[in-house]
Amino acid sequence: MRSTGSSRHAPRIAAAALAAALCAAAPAVAQEPIRIGSFLAATGPASFLGDPEQKTLEMYVERINASGGVLGRKLQLFVYDSGGSAEKARTFTKRLIEQDKVDLIVGGSTTGETMAAVPLVEQAQVPFVSLAGAVVIVEPVKKWVFKTPHTDRMACEKIFTDMNARKLDKLALISGAGGFDRSMRGECTKVAPKYGIEIVADESYGAADTDMTAQLTKIKGTPGVQAVLNAGFGQGPAIVTKNYAQLGITLPLYQSHGVASKEFIKLAGAAAEGVRLPAAALLVADILPAGNPQKPVVVAYKRDYEERFKSDVSTFGGHAYDGLMLAVEAIKRAGGTDRQKVRDEIEKTKGYVGTGGVVNMGPADHMGLDLSAFQMLEIRNGAWTVVK
Amino acid sequence: MAALALVIVLAPLVLANDYFYDVAILVGLNAIVCVGLNLLIGYAGQISLGHAGFFGLGAYGSALLCSRYGVPPLAALPLAAAGVAVLAFAVGRPILRLKGHYLAMATLGLGVIVSIVIANEDRITGGPDGMAVPPFTVLGHLVQGEQAWYWLVGACLFVAVWLALNLIESPAGRALRALHGSEIAAEVVGIDSARRKLEVFVLSAVFAALAGGLTAFYSGFVTPDKASFLHSVELVTMVVFGGMASTFGAVVGAAVLTILPQALTAVREYEMVVFGAVMMATMIFFPRGAVPTLESWLRRRSS
Amino acid sequence: MSGQWVQFLASGLTAGSIYALVALGFSIIFNASRVINFAQGEFVMIGGMSAVSLVAAGAPMPLAIAGAVAVAAVVGLLLERLAVGRARSADVVTLIIITIGASIFLRGLAQLVWDKRIHALAPLSGDTPIEFFGATILPQSLWVIGVTIVIVAALSWFFRRTLPGKAMLATACNRTAAQLVGIEVRTVLFASFGLAAALGAAAGVLIAPITFTSYEAGIMLGLKGFAAAILGGIGSFPGAIAGGLLLGLLESLGAGYVSSAYKDVIAFLIILAVLFVRPDGILGAVRSERV
Repeated sequence: MRSTGSSRHAPRIAAAALAAALCAAAPAVAQEPIRIGSFLAATGPASFLGDPEQKTLEMYVERINASGGVLGRKLQLFVYDSGGSAEKARTFTKRLIEQDKVDLIVGGSTTGETMAAVPLVEQAQVPFVSLAGAVVIVEPVKKWVFKTPHTDRMACEKIFTDMNARKLDKLALISGAGGFDRSMRGECTKVAPKYGIEIVADESYGAADTDMTAQLTKIKGTPGVQAVLNAGFGQGPAIVTKNYAQLGITLPLYQSHGVASKEFIKLAGAAAEGVRLPAAALLVADILPAGNPQKPVVVAYKRDYEERFKSDVSTFGGHAYDGLMLAVEAIKRAGGTDRQKVRDEIEKTKGYVGTGGVVNMGPADHMGLDLSAFQMLEIRNGAWTVVK
Repeated sequence: MAALALVIVLAPLVLANDYFYDVAILVGLNAIVCVGLNLLIGYAGQISLGHAGFFGLGAYGSALLCSRYGVPPLAALPLAAAGVAVLAFAVGRPILRLKGHYLAMATLGLGVIVSIVIANEDRITGGPDGMAVPPFTVLGHLVQGEQAWYWLVGACLFVAVWLALNLIESPAGRALRALHGSEIAAEVVGIDSARRKLEVFVLSAVFAALAGGLTAFYSGFVTPDKASFLHSVELVTMVVFGGMASTFGAVVGAAVLTILPQALTAVREYEMVVFGAVMMATMIFFPRGAVPTLESWLRRRSS
Repeated sequence: MSGQWVQFLASGLTAGSIYALVALGFSIIFNASRVINFAQGEFVMIGGMSAVSLVAAGAPMPLAIAGAVAVAAVVGLLLERLAVGRARSADVVTLIIITIGASIFLRGLAQLVWDKRIHALAPLSGDTPIEFFGATILPQSLWVIGVTIVIVAALSWFFRRTLPGKAMLATACNRTAAQLVGIEVRTVLFASFGLAAALGAAAGVLIAPITFTSYEAGIMLGLKGFAAAILGGIGSFPGAIAGGLLLGLLESLGAGYVSSAYKDVIAFLIILAVLFVRPDGILGAVRSERV
């Protein structure tokens, strides 16, 4: 377990607790830290997501504590590495609730982990802000469950809107075997007719495949294909992009928001030229127009993250930032950590400006983002550019 | 036997909250699989790197029977296990003709096929993100909460161990051990080795399927991870770690390797390094597994 | 499309030669010790990751390759000396579990020494695809295939013509007999781990430009390499090559003509079918059991 913040001052906490017990004095009790729980895929195939999320949570908990905490109380973070396994996520959720007695949970890098935790948080009535993508997390609405990232359905819709603008309507899908990939593939297939888009090919590849030219050759040979969409994250999409160039396919290639980090461009190299993908404003922090409401937030987060960890910022760490800040704001408004009140306040979030977009939640919407939160990006000369 | 009963009955004294119960339940569920797998590996000497496939089929089988066809859980569990038994019987005959590493490969292939099919058929199984499993009811009574599950799983484990011990002491068990020694020698003394091997293979698959079904009902969801190659390796590791050809070794192996990762969260990012090192060290210093080595050590001390 | 099957063939050979290289490592250690070394994939990963960090530190490619191979060889030798060799009297299954422990340990170590990110390595001779008969293949794939051939040739020379090689082969055939004629079985075991690790690392460096590398890259490569080694007949070097190429071809043809989602299922079904017909792999020696 990682526990930053006040755990370093364990003796002091112990002393405070002792003092509280002896005097039964209320003010001492108020110094109890706010316990924030998290389980993330810090290792495993989804460490692409979990690693920056964990770093982000730790950095901002430290920062918040350094500037005096929340409501005069320090934050204490409990993070476990689920390795992306739903089974482990379930046990760690139980541990967070029963053993660590956390006030709320911000975590769950993947949809599988999140859905494993949902029944437990619903039963224990603990506010839970998920960092995973799929629509099922917030549809139907679950009383105690919220999420910060855009859904895969929104990514499909953003891509299809762009395809409509380019007058492309015959799409070939290629997706990986992971949960993210399969979920996005399903959502895209579902919403495609709404945009008048026909899916003419549907190929997949394995989790650790080394070569996707067979699948792409098949797509290349499918009559009428006008564009290709790859749903996935990790090295798969980078290999697809390289193979795409190797085979000399010139059709527009769309990637998903699952590759929204500079690393993708580094991995795919020159082959990434012209690839389009929907992503949050965070990736293009530097070139956002000055009037954009998100500009100050994303520029600050990008600077903090890149200075501290000497690696490129990704939108995934941003989801964790948004999750933590939404929770902190809600705790401030609730004036404490009463779970019911905190839940209600998260649900009432309006106009929160985060790295993922402007969040407006409500009883029927536990994510609070719309398509405007996504930018359509194109990779040109090894850098992100915004498609107008 | 009595010791196991005592441990199961007394453990709640140290289980401080539902999280500890949860870990104890997972230990029990893994132990059930390992007791079965140990019959195959430890006594019959046949390796399997595909038992997670049977575990997964048991889990998904009972979940689907329950949620799609409205079969009550108490019936779904044995039905799914029966299905797995039929499958194990059908594939067991050709597979068990293979030996050693080739057998390992064939069972591994079987497991991989099962897990890929489960992950790909997402309309039925929910795909890689898994599916929800209906609650577990016994004759109309809902089994919920860690304590209820603890006693249920504890009872199942007790029965599993009792069955395994009885089998080992029976003439069939002696035939099995002869197989482990030398198959040809066993045949010479009139043991139908193919049939014996097949019986144990099917039995261990049924143990895995039942544990899989119970795990699904307990968790309330199931993902293809449970059928994966890595889970198969984990199960074999538990058996060998605890000590091959020792039923209690299988239980101990399951317990140690289930609890260890929970304990190691304290060492933060060194978790994998420490876990790997503990595994290596145990096998180097207790080459026959934890329980048999400790047993002979104790016996030497007392004599 | 007439060119399609050529492309499927080219894809299959690309992936297949990668599997073949990994499978060779399994066979070398198996021959010396009867152990399936589950850490073989980790040697491949260590090779790739070491090369990446050496290149990042400014080392020229040949030096990076040599360094990566050396690092992995040392890890392999240490693994034998500190772990596997210490338990040599134990059951084969026990030894296998030790190698599983080692693979977890090495993965954890890699994650600490390096990081959890995915890394790319520059190809040896550019990214411009080579075209033939309507199919395209990357120059790096030719490197992989070429080096695989060279390594197999070198290995067969080593095992047939040199004394240490013959000693290893003799140990593979009959350990006790080898001991009786004065072969240091212990040294053979030691050397085989170094050799297999070096070979794995070479594979890791060669394939990193195609597949990328990360601390977890070894898991699936190890699995596929093991499948290839068994398919070809464990312990047989030509078998490892045949098994690797066949597995790669099965996958790409399966993905091309049947279903990409089920290509691994197709491959494993065919492996099962092959084993039912030839229980010792395609080129494996048929063994008889002694009583």
